[in-house]
This record gives sequence, structure tokens and C-alpha cells, in this order.
Amino acid sequence: MFDRDKWQEILSTIQENKLRTFLTGFSVAWGIFMLIILLGAGKGLQNGVSAEFNDDAINSIWARNGLTSMEHAGYKSGRRIAFLNEDYDNILRDVDGIEYKTARINLWSAQVAYGNETGTYSLRGVHPDHAKLENTEIISGRYLHQLDLQELRKVCVIGKLVASDIFKEKDPIGEYLNIFKIPFLIVGVFDDAGSEWEQRVIYTPVTTTQRIFGRNNEIHNIMVTTGDLPLERTTEMTQEIRDELVRAHDVHPDDERGIYVWNNNENFQQIMNVFKGINIFVWVMGIFTIIAGIVGVSNIMMIVVKERTKEIGIRKALGATPWSVVSLILQESIVITAFAGYTGMVVGVALLEFVGGMIPPDTPMFNKPEVDISTAVYATILLILAGAVAGFFPAKKAASIRPIEALRDE
Amino acid sequence: MGNNRLQVLKGVDITIQKGELVSIMGSSGSGKSTLLNILGLLDWHDEGEYVLNGLRIHDLSETKAAALRNQFIGFIFQSFNLISYKNALENVALPLYYQKIPRKRRNQLAMEYLEMVGLKDWAHHMPNELSGGQKQRVAIARALITQPQVLLADEPTGALDSVTSHEVMELIKHINRQGQTVIIVTHENDIAEMTERIIHLKDGLVERITEHV
Repeated sequence: MFDRDKWQEILSTIQENKLRTFLTGFSVAWGIFMLIILLGAGKGLQNGVSAEFNDDAINSIWARNGLTSMEHAGYKSGRRIAFLNEDYDNILRDVDGIEYKTARINLWSAQVAYGNETGTYSLRGVHPDHAKLENTEIISGRYLHQLDLQELRKVCVIGKLVASDIFKEKDPIGEYLNIFKIPFLIVGVFDDAGSEWEQRVIYTPVTTTQRIFGRNNEIHNIMVTTGDLPLERTTEMTQEIRDELVRAHDVHPDDERGIYVWNNNENFQQIMNVFKGINIFVWVMGIFTIIAGIVGVSNIMMIVVKERTKEIGIRKALGATPWSVVSLILQESIVITAFAGYTGMVVGVALLEFVGGMIPPDTPMFNKPEVDISTAVYATILLILAGAVAGFFPAKKAASIRPIEALRDE
Repeated sequence: MGNNRLQVLKGVDITIQKGELVSIMGSSGSGKSTLLNILGLLDWHDEGEYVLNGLRIHDLSETKAAALRNQFIGFIFQSFNLISYKNALENVALPLYYQKIPRKRRNQLAMEYLEMVGLKDWAHHMPNELSGGQKQRVAIARALITQPQVLLADEPTGALDSVTSHEVMELIKHINRQGQTVIIVTHENDIAEMTERIIHLKDGLVERITEHV
């Protein structure tokens, strides 16, 4: 279909009308450019928000204690609720579908020392599964173990920023870190995809922590994951956990302050639905922009046909078949659309890359704006089709030109 | 356009033999252009019969008509109708493009025909760099390149001065002497006088036929 002669025909007509071709192409290029930028920005937003979730497992349910805000069962409001080991055990026993589970005790500012180096960090007493819930990644040594808990070992796992603050270049594994002057053996160093805050944390076995720093069997948080259970089930599980805690502590069932249970599944699902919506919206916008471009191309091709009526008449007199006239116009339209669209796409992708490079990697809510290859391929196919559609009616018109009328001298 | 139909040709019964040089004369509105268009397969007759080279022309599809035009008929127009953004050589080669003849062969043939009309040195000039007579000679070369059965010329000298007109007519006569059938539509007596037979049209009817020997 595209032989050398056709190319020459197309190139020469384009050269004849550089400005007109440029303006036509520009409208298409602009449409695709906008589509790419919108898609890229949408993706960037999605990546950014997804990164916020990287901190914690997205299929987790968290329970947190607090101060009651409602009177209930004879208790005044403002009462501090403390979860106990029994609560944790009861939930594990009564709620079906739990995958990983951990209790947690928080010490917000633990003073630590090693030699002359000192610092204040957040300390968390946890179960071994906690690593799964926080997306903790061990970079050297190991995480906490069930045996550490059973034997009440004084061991700890430190964040990589704790390691670099206190130990500088030195390998901290096997060293003793004094926490409130009590020596803990460092067994591992971890990284966390969350914020820097998460990398300045020290993990110790929940049992040891309760014994040394806590009030016997008190815990602050209970966290579980739900595997790949459907959203409806995780909602039920959230309610079951809440019911269990509310019952055990005589808290008003609607008192969200006293006992707060948070289902990440729901939240994540909601956010993902929002992104689906944004994505559809962007495509719709983009397609309408491209349609505007197509109408532009179609319009211009109509003028081209009108201007070239005489030439087409000559060609027909010389033996051009209707199909050869149609293909001449159609191909010119496709070439302009495809070339301009491709240019718009390349410029759009280049801009995304450039802007993506300028944005600091941990910018909240926006990260790595990008367009994947499949989108680019779809867009290209769409463009060629668009070019064909844009050229169709003008080409039909061109084919119906009657030579005698076209060649009639004014 | 519109729906009102106008009967232009009312009765034209003529036979033109192979190798003849014929002119069709008539005042404006006599139907001479319509006749030429029908002969050139650019327009269709409603009644009667048109036999071209033994082939009865009726109910042609656009594609078929295009192929026949390309194969059997060469056109020369008053306003030359060269394609402005193609040079002389490309203009002459264009009909062969529609015969799907390879580019190299096309250009070679086009050069030969340009040489025949004396414009070899102007092959790479654009139409706007040529004089009227030169343009018409390019157009003649283009009309002849497919070796058509009939050369149809619609006022071929209408836009030319008298000296150039005679040069162009000499060229047409020269082509005719080599066996090419030529039909010229004109309203100029001196041009018509140069042909072998003049068909006078009036109000869509053949008024009279003048023979020159």
C-alpha cells in the first residue's frame, strides 16, 4: 500500500502546505500529549499514594486503645482502656481467617546508649509476625523469633538509621545496645519502605518488653492480616474484633475513641476505586481531546480535497481509479495523524520522564509519573485508526469528484 | 448540479476512422464540450450508442472507466492542467503511474516523449517556469505517453498566441501523420482549417461536415 511513489506524493503535498500540515498535526499532537500527561500524572498520583501504603500491609486490621468518650455500663467517659494479652489470645481464638498476627507495645522515647553514643528512639515490643504487618525488611542478621519471646531474651532488631546513628560504619550485629541502661543483644538490622520515622525504630520481643518496661500483661495494639479474603469478610472480621474488645472492656459499641479498629483493606480498596475512576476519567478526557484533533484533521483534509479538486480531476482524467484517489487522501491523513500523534506522545513521555526525575523520590502522594508500554501501543493504534477515520469522509468526497466539473475552465 | 436536466446533444451520428484528424466546431452551447466529454469517458450518454475501438461503451463503473481512459484516451486541455507541484518529467510520467509501470521505466519513457516534443532540457522545470506553449507541449507528451487510441484536445490553442498556436498545431499534425487519431474541439476557424474534417455542431445537432483533402 505504501510504495515509494505514494510516499513521494504525500511528502510533496505536505511540503506544498507546510503551515497547514503543521497546524493540523499540532491539534493531534496536542491531544495525544495531553492524554499522555494526564495518564502519567494519574499514574504518578497512584504510585505516590500506593507508596504511602507500602509502610504497612494493605490487608491488615489494626486495633488501638485510647480514652473512652462515652459513658457506658456505669463507667464515666475519659477512662483509659488497656488491652491485655487475653484480648489478643481471645481474638486469635474467636476470629476466623487471621493470617499473620501480632500484639504491640509502644515506648515512644526509649533512651539508648552504646559506648559514648546515645540517642532516643521509638521502641516496640512485638510478635515475630510484626515484620509481615509493617513490611519490615531485614537487611542483615535476623528478625525476632518465637524462642526469643518464650525465653524472654533481651534481644533487639534496630532500624538502619539507628544503626548508622549509633554504630556509624561498624557492624552492630552481636553488639549490646543499652536500652534504659539494660543491655540488649542486637540480632538484626532492618529497612522499612515507610518514612524515615519507621527506620528509627527498635523492635524487641513483646514478652521481654512487658516484663522489663511494661505493666505485666498490658498491650497497646493488636494487628492482624486477612490473607486474600474478600473485602466483605475483612469487614466482618473488623466488626468481630471490635465486638470482642468492646465486650471485654465494657466500652460503648459506638465509642470509636475508646477502642479504635481500622481496616486497611477498606481504605485501600476505596483508594484503588478512586484511581480506577481517575483512570477512566483520564481516558475519556483524552479520547475527547483526540476526537477534537480528528475533527480538525478531517476538516483540513476536506479543505485539501476542495483545493485539489482540479488536480484530482486531472488525475482521474489521466486514469486514476476512485480507489487510488481514496487511498491518496486516506494515506495523507494517516501519515499526518500518526506522525503528529507519535511526536506528541514522545514529547509527552519525555516531559514525564523529565518531571519524574525532578521530583524527589519520597514526595508524599506523587511518585514516578509514567506511562506503560501497552498504553503507548494502544495510543499508537488508536492514532492510526483516528487518521483513517479522519480521512474517510474527505476521501469519499474526493473519489466522487467528476472530472468534467473539476476541469471546467472558470 | 440540481435536478433540472438539460438535453444538450440531440442527434450526433458520426464515425471517426482510425488515424483521422478531426475538428469539432460550434458556438458556445452547441454541445461540443459535452460531446468531447462523452468521447473521453468523462461523461455518460443517456441514449444512443458509443463504440470506441470496437468496444460498446455503456454502464461503466468508475474504476473501469478510469482504466479505459488511461489506456485508450489522451487529453489535452485549454488550460494545460499540469499538476503544479510536479516537474515536467513527473507530469508526463503520471499516466504510467496509474498503469503501475515501475518508476525507472516511467521516467525513461517520459524523457523520450519530452524529447519528442522538444523539451528534453526542460524536464526538471516546474510548470510555472515554462511558457504557455511549453506547458501545452508537456501536456501533449503526457497525453501521448500511454499510446492512446484517441487524442482528445479541448481548445488546445485557446490560451496561446497565434505563433505558438501554430507551433502546437504543427506538433499535433506531426503526431497525426504518425497514425494517431486526433479530435480537436475549437471555435477558431484557422485551427479547424488545419484538420482533415470539420464537424460543425449547432444546438446539439450536426449542422454540416466539411472535408479537406
